[in-house]
Amino acid sequence: MTSQSALANSTETTAVVSMDLVTKTFPGVKALDQVKLDLYPGQVTALVGENGAGKSTTVKILTGIYRTDGGSICIDGEPVTFQSPNDAAEAGITAIHQETVLFDELSVAENIYTGHAPRNRFGLIDKAEMHRKAAMLLKEIGAPFSSHTPLRELGIANKHLVAIARALSVDARVVIMDEPTAALSHKEIEELYELIDNLKAQGKAILFISHKFDEIFRIADRYTVFRDGGFVGDGLISDVTEGDLVTMMVGRTVDQIFPDRVHDVGEEVLKVVGYAHPTEFADISFDLMRGEILGFYGLVGAGRSELMQALFGITKPAKGVCRVNGNIKIIRSPADAVENGIVYVPEDRGKQGAVIGLPIFQNITLPTLSRISKNGFLRLAEEFKVAREYAERLDLRAASLDQDIGNLSGGNQQKVVIAKWLSTQPQVIILDEPTKGIDIGSKAAVHEFMAELAAKGLSVIMVSSEIPEVVGMSDRVIVMRDGRIASKLSGDEITPETLVRHAAGITTQTEGAKL
Amino acid sequence: MMRFIPVRETILGSAILLLIILITSRFPGFVAPSNLANVFNDTAPLMILALGQMVVILTRCIDLSVAANLALTGMVVAMINVAMPGLPIPMIITIAILMGAFMGVINGVLVWKLSIPPIVVTLGTMTIFRGIIFLISDGKWVNSHEMSPAFTAFPRAVFLGLPVLSWIAIFIVIIFAVMMSRTQFGRSIFAVGGNPHAAVYTGINVGKTQFWAFVVSGALAGLTGYLWVARYAVAYVDIAGGFELEVVAACVIGGISIAGGIGSVGGAVLGAIFLGVVKNALPVVNISPFWQLAISGSAILIAVAFNAKSGRTKDRIILKSAEAKQ
Repeated sequence: MTSQSALANSTETTAVVSMDLVTKTFPGVKALDQVKLDLYPGQVTALVGENGAGKSTTVKILTGIYRTDGGSICIDGEPVTFQSPNDAAEAGITAIHQETVLFDELSVAENIYTGHAPRNRFGLIDKAEMHRKAAMLLKEIGAPFSSHTPLRELGIANKHLVAIARALSVDARVVIMDEPTAALSHKEIEELYELIDNLKAQGKAILFISHKFDEIFRIADRYTVFRDGGFVGDGLISDVTEGDLVTMMVGRTVDQIFPDRVHDVGEEVLKVVGYAHPTEFADISFDLMRGEILGFYGLVGAGRSELMQALFGITKPAKGVCRVNGNIKIIRSPADAVENGIVYVPEDRGKQGAVIGLPIFQNITLPTLSRISKNGFLRLAEEFKVAREYAERLDLRAASLDQDIGNLSGGNQQKVVIAKWLSTQPQVIILDEPTKGIDIGSKAAVHEFMAELAAKGLSVIMVSSEIPEVVGMSDRVIVMRDGRIASKLSGDEITPETLVRHAAGITTQTEGAKL
Repeated sequence: MMRFIPVRETILGSAILLLIILITSRFPGFVAPSNLANVFNDTAPLMILALGQMVVILTRCIDLSVAANLALTGMVVAMINVAMPGLPIPMIITIAILMGAFMGVINGVLVWKLSIPPIVVTLGTMTIFRGIIFLISDGKWVNSHEMSPAFTAFPRAVFLGLPVLSWIAIFIVIIFAVMMSRTQFGRSIFAVGGNPHAAVYTGINVGKTQFWAFVVSGALAGLTGYLWVARYAVAYVDIAGGFELEVVAACVIGGISIAGGIGSVGGAVLGAIFLGVVKNALPVVNISPFWQLAISGSAILIAVAFNAKSGRTKDRIILKSAEAKQ
């Protein structure tokens, strides 16, 4: 094992939590193999690893949801065993999960104190005390809403603040943040950083899990890297570079992340004029050329996904004209869109992409059933042929196309979803956050693949919130803000700074974004 | 790699065989071909309705109105027969199917266009359909001597050793087997139940698919309405009371996931046969009706527990090396 743990031991403070040689086995599978992880008071430790490295398993062990099969967990040097999530909470370990688990119909204070509400002397919940304490917590983290607000009235970022307040309400010494910025906008992320600094100042140990290197280098003091369930190394952030971390994560050097793309774009394929929606977007006009990758950048809630759903016929625009190959087309349903050669790979592939329970080949042919049918009956031989062709084109790794898609890994499931769309032989493919939440190795493969599609004459619309991806992949970029097009950029204008400026609406020195 | 759907059917098939062997050890006459044919014929209505219910459940809905639909259609065709004894049987069957389908249309439209939960819709229509029977019949029975001989003879007519009722069931099983595996509609049903969001993005209209599922279920209930009334030669308000639960039970025992998306024609048929064997065999070997209920109930729980267990084996595999070994 290429351990760098000597570095961590040489520091003056001792760890609050220290996991050593921890192993977790699921039936037939080792999810964690003798890993170590130390968390120090007043410091942020970033846990880094590709998908499947064992990060989530580690969180579940630390919060008492899973029990270890070997190794030790020490708190302040004392070995502990967590029998239940309650034990972990009593030890002062609390987690803010990827998907915040909250109750929409309860008030903010009730959400914060579910399970440990203050009681009066009759053993009933002391509402006044609960709201008083909740208000204090909310003030501490700078939340702009009252403890009486029903949760369902809050947006996603504010719900996140409630989750953080809930984590703090148990008097935590260790706070675990599992991809806390995934659903947040740029400004909200800055506020989260302030909050983390605040927690650090209070001496809390923070475990920070993120896929984004800029965040890790901005906020973390230490790092620990896992790969495929094993420990790779740890140390101080100031001693490493991004490249070092990436090398440790993937076990190889990744120097060129984005494929080189030099090609000519062809004639106009799609032209959208004056698209408008009563509540989500307005004045949207753009065109798309053959073989082009058009990036859509914007903050979360800028209306990008809503626009794409309208282009794909899931929602109907109130106004506007859409031309495909110069002819006006009215797209009322996804079936219309597919017929006109427009396909949409949604952001949430698990929920909106794969049909678990159907075998792989049936997933692939789902949008093309009418083409492989004859006299109303499906031709199974033809169906298999189509499925095999596209599975091969995407280098799908599966024992058999007859296999249930649920048995495939995430990356391979994604290939099936993309194969499904390619089998319709589209002209325009809309990719909504194509690399969100997937590991670096798979990201490069997706980018490679996008470049390949464009080179073959497909027009790609890429909705992405990851700036490097937008800059690295797009021929042109449309930046959206508050449901409108803020700017159209091409060539050298596409830089991280211009993207952020236009998305946030910073025109003068004052910050104009009010999200 | 083992695919668990055939495994589930094999287990259910074995359970049925075991049950038959146990019964035969007490009452050897049970396995006489004529008796088995009787049991099958007796189970035919349940089988037909279970197939309709299967389609509905697969799309994440449920149709509780099938028994009331059956009873209303049965009463109407019986009354038509009394009023016009000369009306040919194919005409009667067409009326029954169309009427049943129309009731399915009502369910389907309420679910599709008004987005009312299916359990509420069909609970409502179930009560309404029963109420309508009372209104049109005044609560009176239509008895066998009022029906024309042709009307009552049709399902009982023997053709190649089996009654027409059995043949209709077999015919429908074959149609459904083809429909579910070889048509766009069948595939859409699995997609809608398996992942409605993905179905939408694939261009499948979820509401419309559910609508057609209800129409199919309704049409089968209508057809069964005629067969039932003609076979038992009587029509009254409470015909097949509570039968909808038996239909749902057959589906659940047959491994059709109540959460939608998982199930098979073979499962639904075997589930119905299992209940049919329990119902027909236990009385002849002098096992009390209580045991019959207890066995049916246990079968439901065992089936659900088994399905829940097989669903769990699909956990994500974290170690890449372990995944490669698969």
